[in-house]
Amino acid sequence: MSRTRFSTLKDLLGEDYVEPGTPLCAGCGAIIALRLFHKALGGRVVWVNAAGCITLLIVYPFTPLKSSWMYTAMASAPAGAQGIRDALDILIEKERIPVEEDLKVVVVTGDGAASDIGLQSTSGAIHRGLDFYYLCYDNEAFGNTGFQYSAATPYGSRTATSPPTPLIPEGYRGRKKDLFEIWRAHKPPYVATVSPSHPMDMIRKIEKAEKYKGPKLFISISPCPPGWIIETMDTVKLAKLAVETGIWPLKEAVYGEVHHTYIPRRLKPVEEYLKIQGRFKHLFYPVRRDDVIAKIQREIEEYWRIVYDKELGKEDSGLT
Amino acid sequence: MMRTKLISELKPRREITPSITGAKMMTGNVAAAWAARLAEVDYIPAYPITPQTEIVETLSQWIALGEMNAKLTFLDSEHSMLTAAGTSSLAGARVFTATSSQGLLYGFEMLYNIAGWRAPIVLVNVSRAVAAPITLEPDHNDFLSTRDTGFILLQTETCQEVLDLILLAYRVSEDHRVLLPSIVNLDGFHLSFTREPVKLPDVEEVRSFLPTYNPPYPFRAGKPSAKGVAVLRPPLYSFYKYQMHLSSLNAIKVFKEACDDFEAYFARRYDVVEKYMVDDAEYVFVMMGSFTSIGKKAVKMMREEGLSVGLLKLRMVRPFPTQDIRRALEGKKAVAVIDQNISPGFGGTLFAEVSSTLYNVEKKPRVVLPVIGAIGGKTLSVDEFRYIVELMMKYEQRGEPEPILLFREDELREVESLLKLGVGE
Repeated sequence: MSRTRFSTLKDLLGEDYVEPGTPLCAGCGAIIALRLFHKALGGRVVWVNAAGCITLLIVYPFTPLKSSWMYTAMASAPAGAQGIRDALDILIEKERIPVEEDLKVVVVTGDGAASDIGLQSTSGAIHRGLDFYYLCYDNEAFGNTGFQYSAATPYGSRTATSPPTPLIPEGYRGRKKDLFEIWRAHKPPYVATVSPSHPMDMIRKIEKAEKYKGPKLFISISPCPPGWIIETMDTVKLAKLAVETGIWPLKEAVYGEVHHTYIPRRLKPVEEYLKIQGRFKHLFYPVRRDDVIAKIQREIEEYWRIVYDKELGKEDSGLT
Repeated sequence: MMRTKLISELKPRREITPSITGAKMMTGNVAAAWAARLAEVDYIPAYPITPQTEIVETLSQWIALGEMNAKLTFLDSEHSMLTAAGTSSLAGARVFTATSSQGLLYGFEMLYNIAGWRAPIVLVNVSRAVAAPITLEPDHNDFLSTRDTGFILLQTETCQEVLDLILLAYRVSEDHRVLLPSIVNLDGFHLSFTREPVKLPDVEEVRSFLPTYNPPYPFRAGKPSAKGVAVLRPPLYSFYKYQMHLSSLNAIKVFKEACDDFEAYFARRYDVVEKYMVDDAEYVFVMMGSFTSIGKKAVKMMREEGLSVGLLKLRMVRPFPTQDIRRALEGKKAVAVIDQNISPGFGGTLFAEVSSTLYNVEKKPRVVLPVIGAIGGKTLSVDEFRYIVELMMKYEQRGEPEPILLFREDELREVESLLKLGVGE
C-alpha cells in the first residue's frame, strides 16, 4: 500500500461516524465492522440496507449515524443502491446538483439477505458494474429473527431451526454457501473477506478497493453473542480464533484473482474455536462428537492445502 | 406537511395559445414513451414484459440516439426495477417506469414502499390478465390489485389520454400537498398496440406546465437524512398511514386544478370522472379503460332508440372520486358497474367501491347491478350492453342481483370446441 491515512491502529482513533448508543445487542460484531468501514470511507456515505439486525440501528426518530440511510426491502438493497447511484450521476451530469453533494453508496446487509433472497439483485448490480460497496456482516444465521439457519450457516451449528436432537445430533446438516466465490465468479474489481479482529487488514482492503470504480464487495465475520451463545466480551476473540483456526480465511480477489492477506503459519485446531460457543456445545456435551469435529477440521485443512500450494512453497505449509 | 406554493402560483398567468401541431399516429405504448420524453424524466429503471416492452424499447432508442437526456438502466427484475425507481426518486430524480401484470405482481412489495417513501414516480401499467391461466390479453386485475398501496391510480381510454394523463400524473404526484406516486393504466393490445391519432404538446409548454421536480429532502452529502426507517411505536405507523390517506384525498383537488391548467395550455379537458350522456339518463353504466369506447357506442345507439341510458367513466380510481360519483349517480333508477376484474368468491372490485359510495346517498339508485365482463381478453359487444340495460330494468322493479358473468353464445361455442380438443372428447 503506497498511501494510507491509517498506518497504525492509533490512526483509527480519528473521527467516528457512528455515535455511541445504538439499539444493537451488546458485543455485536456487525457494528464493529460497520464503524471501521465508515472510518475508512469517510462521512459522505449513504447506507442502503436490507432487512436484518442492522435495520434496527435506526429506529425513528433516532440514528447513531452521521451519514445518510436508506432502508429498502429484504431482497433488493443493491437495486436501491443502483437507483441512488444512477440518480446522483444523472443529476450531476445535468448540473442540477454540484459534484460536492455526491455520495458513496454502500449496501449493508446480513448473510441472510446476501446469500439467497438478495442474491438476484446483487448479481444484477455486479453484472451491471454498479459503482458501489457492499458490506455483508455474516453472523451465519437469520440473527434478527431469532437465529434460524440461513444459507451461510456452517455445518454442525445449532440454530433455532436446526436444533440438535437424538435424530439429528450434529444440528445443521447443510454446508455454508460460499458467497465469496459466488461474488468472485462475476469478476468484480474487488471482493474481500474481513474480520473485526483484524482492523488494519480491513482498513487496507477498503482503501485498496476505493481505487476501483465498480462493485467492491466485503464479507465480514460477525460474531453474534445471543445466537452463537458466547460472552459479549468474546466477540473479537472469536473473530480472531476464526481467522487463526483457518475457518475464516482473510483474502481478497482483484478482478477474480485471489490472494490471501493473512496466511496462518500453523492452523490452530478448530476445536478451540468451536468449544467456546454455545451453538456448538452439542459437539462436546453430553457426548463428544469427534466425527463431526474431525469433519469440520478436515474441510478447513483441505481448503488451506490448496492455498498453501498456490500461494506458498510446500515447505512453508502450515499443515502438520 | 410543509406548506408549499402551488405550482400554478409559481407560474406566471399568461394567455397560452393551445399548441396543436397536428396529430401523429402512434400506439398507446409510444404515446406513453412520448409522455416520459416530454416530461423530461431523469431516470428510467426498466425490465421487459409484454405488452409493455415497446415503451422501454422506444425510450432506449431515443436515449441511444441522443434525442433524450435521461439515464435508462435495465434491472434484474421488476422488484429491483421498482426499488431503484423509489430510491432514485428520493435522491431527487424525476422517474418513469413501466410494467404489466406478472411484473407488477413480482415487484408488488415495493409499491407499498414507494408510496410510503412518498416518492412521486410515475409507473405505467399496461394491463394484462394475471396468471394462472397465463395469457397476454388484458383485464384490470393487475391494476386494481394496487388499490391499497397508496399510489394515485389513473385509467385511460385513448392513446391521447395515455400521454396527457402521464403529464398530469407528474404534476399531481410531485405537488407537495400530495407527494405520492402514480400508476397510469392502459389496456394491453387495445391501447398498447393500437395506433390512434395523438397530438404531441410542445416541449416548452410542457416544461412550463410541469416544472422541474423539487424534492423535499433528497439525499445530499451536505444534508444527511435517513429514509424508510423502522417505526416501532405503533401510533407512529398509524400517523404516517393517515398522512398518506389525507394526502391522497388532496390529489382530487390538485388533479382538478391541474386539469384547469392543462386545458389552458393544451386545450383538452379532463376531470376525475367523465360523464357521457349521464345527466338526463335513468340507467347508467359505470366502467373504465379502453372498453368505455364500446360502452359509449352502445349508449349512443340505445339513445337513438329512445332508451334513457348514460355512461360514467372513472378516470381516477385512487383517490376514489366519491363526491363526483355520488353527484353523477344520485337519483338514477339503476346503475350497472361493469368490472373487468374478478375477485373470486365475491365479484368485482369496482362494484364494491361504487356501491359503498352510494350507500349513504339519500336519493340512491334502487339497484346497483354487479356485472363481470371482458376479463382476460374477452371483448364486449353492444348486445351485451343492451342485455345489461334489460337486467337493470328488471332488478329496478325488485330482486337482489348476484354478479352477472357475461358470456356470449358465440364465445361459449368457441370454448366448447376448444374443450373438445383439449379434453379429447
